[in-house]
Order: sequence, then C-alpha cells, then structure tokens
Amino acid sequence: MRTKLTIFGLIAFALLSYGLYQAMIVAPTEATMGNVQRIFYYHVPSAWTAFLMFFANFLASAWYLIKRGPRADAFALASAEVGVVFCTVVLITGPLWARPVWGIWWTWDARLTTTLILWLIYVSYLILRRYSSGGQTPVLAATLAIFGFIDVPIVYLSIRYFRTQHPQPVIAGGQGSGIDPLMLKALLINWLAFLVFGAIVLWVRYKLERARQQVEEAHALREEQQYEEKPLINARAIR
Amino acid sequence: MSRSELLNEDNNSTVLANACEMPHAGESVRATSLESVTKHFGRFAALRGVTADFCSGRLYTIVGDNGAGKSTLLRIITGLLQPTRGKVEVLGTSALCDVRPQIGYMAHAPLLYEELDAMENLRYFGGLYGIRDHGRFESAIRMVGLDPELKRRVGQYSQGMRQRLSLARSVLNDPKLLLLDEPFSNVDIVSAREMVRLLGRMRDGGKTIFLVTQQPSLLEGTADEFVHMTMGRIVERVRPAPSPAGPVSVSSTEGRL
Amino acid sequence: MSSLAAVFKSTLAKDLRMEWRSKDAINSMLFFALLVVVIFSFSFDPTAEESRQIAGGLIWVAFLFAAVVALNQTWARELRNQVLDAYRISPAPANSLFLAKTVGNFIFVGVLELLMAPLFVMFYNLRPIGPVWELAVVGALGTWALVVNGTFFAAMSIRTRSREVMLPLILFPVSIPALLAMVEATTAILTGDSSPVFWMNLLAVYDLVFTTACLLLFETILNAE
Repeated sequence: MRTKLTIFGLIAFALLSYGLYQAMIVAPTEATMGNVQRIFYYHVPSAWTAFLMFFANFLASAWYLIKRGPRADAFALASAEVGVVFCTVVLITGPLWARPVWGIWWTWDARLTTTLILWLIYVSYLILRRYSSGGQTPVLAATLAIFGFIDVPIVYLSIRYFRTQHPQPVIAGGQGSGIDPLMLKALLINWLAFLVFGAIVLWVRYKLERARQQVEEAHALREEQQYEEKPLINARAIR
Repeated sequence: MSRSELLNEDNNSTVLANACEMPHAGESVRATSLESVTKHFGRFAALRGVTADFCSGRLYTIVGDNGAGKSTLLRIITGLLQPTRGKVEVLGTSALCDVRPQIGYMAHAPLLYEELDAMENLRYFGGLYGIRDHGRFESAIRMVGLDPELKRRVGQYSQGMRQRLSLARSVLNDPKLLLLDEPFSNVDIVSAREMVRLLGRMRDGGKTIFLVTQQPSLLEGTADEFVHMTMGRIVERVRPAPSPAGPVSVSSTEGRL
Repeated sequence: MSSLAAVFKSTLAKDLRMEWRSKDAINSMLFFALLVVVIFSFSFDPTAEESRQIAGGLIWVAFLFAAVVALNQTWARELRNQVLDAYRISPAPANSLFLAKTVGNFIFVGVLELLMAPLFVMFYNLRPIGPVWELAVVGALGTWALVVNGTFFAAMSIRTRSREVMLPLILFPVSIPALLAMVEATTAILTGDSSPVFWMNLLAVYDLVFTTACLLLFETILNAE
C-alpha cells in the first residue's frame, strides 16, 4: 500500500504543479478582473470536488443503512471530512476573489451560497458524529447524511430563485458566459489534480478510520476471550 | 480446543433438551435459544459467546454481579438490542419482530406515564396491542392488588405500587414470554412477595418468565432455575430440587477453564 | 390489532391530555414567545414602511425559536421512565408514534403562532397588502416543515450528549431553504411587492420530500441502539 500511495502522491504532485503552471502562466489574464481572477482555477475545482465527496458520502450512508458494514461507515466519515475541507477552500477563495473585484466580501451568488449551506449541513453531520455515543453513531449519522443530501437540490433551487429577486454579482460566470479554451484547459487540469489529490486524502482518512474500528474490535475480542475466573457466587450458598 | 468446543463440552443444550419435559400441546419446547451470542459495546464485551436453551413454562432467575451482562442478555431476548455475533431464537423464530405480541417486558424503571392514572396508562399501552376491553384493564389492575378506580397519578405512587402496575401493563397482552429486569429494586417487601406469588401463578399457567434480580432469596421456592452470570457468561445453572439431597447443579463451568 | 391510525389517535390524544393537565410546555413556550416579540421590537425599530419589509423575517425567526423550545421536550416524557422501550417492544408501528408526535408539535407550535401573530401585528403596525388566507397557507406549510424534521431530529438528538444544543444544530442547516421560503413568501404577501407562489410551491415540495424521508427512516433511528 505504501508504494501505491507514493505513486499516486507523485501523480497528484505532478498534476498540481502542472495545473499551477497552467493557471498562473499559460492561461490568459482575464479582461475585466485581472490576475485576481486566477483564483477561479482553485475556487471552482474545489467546489466540484467537495460536491463529489458529499455525493460519495450520500452513497456510503445509504449503503450503510442497507448493509450495516463498518467499511461503509468509515467511508462516509472520511468523505464528509474531506468534502468539508474542500468546501472550506471554496468559502475562503470566494471572498478573497470578491473583495478586490467588487469591493464586497460576500455575494449571495447562487453557487457560493449553496456551498455555504452545504458546509453547514456537513459540519453539523461531523458534530453529530462526535457527540453521539458509540453504537448509534453510524445509524444516526447516515440518516442525517441522507437528509442533508436530498436537501441539496431544494437548496439550490431556492437560492437561485432568491437571487433572481435580489440580483448580486455572479462569481464564476453566469449561465451563458463563454470561456476561453485556454482557461478551460487550465480549469480542467486543476480539477483533475484536485480529484486525484482529494482521492488520496480520502483513502488515507478511510484507512485511518478502519484502523480505529479494528482496534476497538480487537479490544473487545480480547476481553471476550479472557480466561474465566472462578464464579464469584457459589449457587449452593443461597440455600 | 476452540472456545465453542469447550462450551459444547458443558453439555448445556443436551441436558436441557432432555429436561424440557411435557410441553403444552403444539408449543415448541424451547422458549428461547441462544447460540454463541456476543455483544460488544465499543471496547467492552458485555456478553461473550453465550449458548443456552430455555424451556417454556419455567421461571428462570438470572443473578450475577453488576456488569455481568444480565440486562444485556434480557434486552437481546426482547429484541431491544441486536447481538454483535450469534443467533437468538425466541418462541421458535429468529425474526423477533414477529413475536412482539407475545412478549411482555418490565424493568427497574416503571415504563409508565407519571402524568396519567392507572386506567389511563393501561388503556394506552393496551391500545398498542389492539386491546380495548375495559374489563380486561380493570381485572389486570385488580390482579396486582391495586384499585382501578384510583384517579391518583402514577407519579404519586410508591415504588411498590408503580412496579405492580408495571407488571399489570406487561401482561396485558397475555404474553407467552415475560422478561423482568430488576423489578424489585426499591420495592417494599410486601409488594415484592406479592409479585413473586403472581409470577409463580403465571408460570403455572404456562408462561415462560425470565427475571433478573439482585435479591434471589425472594424467588426461593418459586423459581425453577437460577442462572448465574459473571463477566458476560453463564457460569452455572442451578435447579433447586425439593428433595432432601439439596439443589442439583444442572451445569457448571467451575474448574473447566 | 393495533393499526397505524388507531395508535396514532390514541397517542395524540394521550399527549394532548397530558399537556392540557400539566401545561408544562405550553406555559413556558408562551412566555418565551412573548419575550421574543418584545425583544425583537426593541432590536428592530418598527417604523411603518420598513417594518413591512423585515417583519416577514422577524416573525419566522421568532416562530423558529419558539418551535425549538417545543421540539426539545417532544420526547422528554418518553425518556423518563423508559417508556420508549415499552413502545418499541409492542407491535405498534413506529410511524404512528412519529406522526402523533409531529402532529402534536404542529398543534403546539400552531397555537403559539396564532398567539404571537397578533402581537407582531400590533407592535409593528402591520397591514398585509396581499390576501390573508395566503398567510395561513404559508404558516401551515412552514410550520409543518419545521415540525416534521424537528420531531425526527429530536428523536436523533436524544441519543447524544448536550441534546438540547444538538437539535437546533442539526435542524437549522437542513431547514434553511424552508426558512428562506417562509420568510420570502410572508414578506411578499405583507408588502405585495412580488408573488409568493414560487415559495409556496417550494415549501410544499420540501414538506412532501421530507415527510416521506422521515416516514421511511423513523423506525431505523427509533431502533438504533
């Protein structure tokens, strides 16, 4: 496993470096926004990766509720955590971009706002996991994950309509905006790089959680197999 | 030798299969059957590979230290808990949901609403089983020695009265299997003795009863068998015999491991 | 046998009867609601025209707080004395318990809203420009949205540490689109500036989707160890 990790790590490094080169040097400077716009190549791939992670969490949670396997639960936890991290990147790069360009920290841009709500939902998921006691955690968390994910389309619809009522600057290009092919190339390369990187982190986190589960099982198993002591109550003594 | 072989060596099943004589016509001999039932709570192994059979129409008293796994065992038989490993069969089936109408349960907590009076409580819990017959509630309350006309809220009952009413609640559906988890805690001796008497009569009428208690002396003369548990295992089962030879230990693991 | 409808009715009747006798929850919720309205009036100075713009939001935030107080005590009586065990052991269907609790909460929170609304109208000098029956529909749909998920999440949070904090923590994020819809619809009706129809439809969809999800998953979490 070590070698696989190293190989994929190197691939991710290579892709991220190439992506950096593409984003910073090859891609043309945007007409109105200038170089600040280059955040776009990190902002958008983070969002797509986060969303994929949350989708993976949804699938793992549903699978857990059906089969009750510890691996599904470990995968759900790992994908939620990695998703929240990428979500945080989106929420930080958004204002970093908006401030110099429009002079405001936050725009109620449909996608940015949806990301914020997703972040809230999955952070609440992680907090639920932390605050519930052992045996029930996987079931409760999986249920919350399903509720959270089916909420996503409703969230998106509501924010989009809300925005048509209260127009604000759009961060990453509206519906009909075209995109320069070089920019598109930089975007896609960075997305691929983020995906590979994200997958590696997810895999490591999953393995970590599985290891924790197996330690618990081993403890319990060892207790189970301890030698008996002589019974403390002699039944005949009750006579 | 593997653990399961050691357990088989105890001959739990063999002895008891022979000992489940004269079942009622058409009923299965075994009220409950456990096979290598294990329960982990995180790192703690509450039950460790329990294998045992229990016959119908018997009153089993389960005794042991705190943490021995008695309550866990009971809750697994009721279906409130799922075992980590192993199989449970109750009244002939492993689908415990199916036999819910035939199970009654009582715990140290009364499982009653404090804000309602006796009749209202029974009416509600009876309704959960589809029982609406007013007379049935009245006779259940009378059977445990309480007054059906009493409008006092259960919250104002003494513990003895509360547990009596809880017993009435647990037998509303005339269950074949009755499980009681430390029902006599903090109960006055009169109520406790009365309840034991009632349980004996129910056993005579064909019910199978499992009773976990820290006061096994209350059950002397009534219980068919005392099941001793320590650290998640059944270590001894004693059938008190009326003969002058004294109690017969049906099985024991003393000195085996 | 114990049918879904029969157990639902008996459970709801029992809860209403117990609440009527003790008036535990209703009293504290009423006073809390009044406090909220008064505090909001001091925080958000209600002059005539602005008040209509923000009243929609204020009312629903106030209702939300009151709802959380109600929701937190949903399962309190069942937890005392381990009554939930008696329910789980019986053949009664889990969903009738859920529906009874949800409808009970709907009634409690609904009563609160009916008592708080006139206070708001008074303090903020509100006169809705749109039709009032639309307000009633929004109120019903919005309250159901809060209460259906709230009852479900309350059942989840009883198995956690700091359960009173856990409930709003997991309820609010998922409820955001419904809250947005409630506020926008109410504001649209009060000001007459826009049509509330989209928001009302969104609320209806939300209610449908999540009521279904709750009914499908309640038994699972009831029996989570």
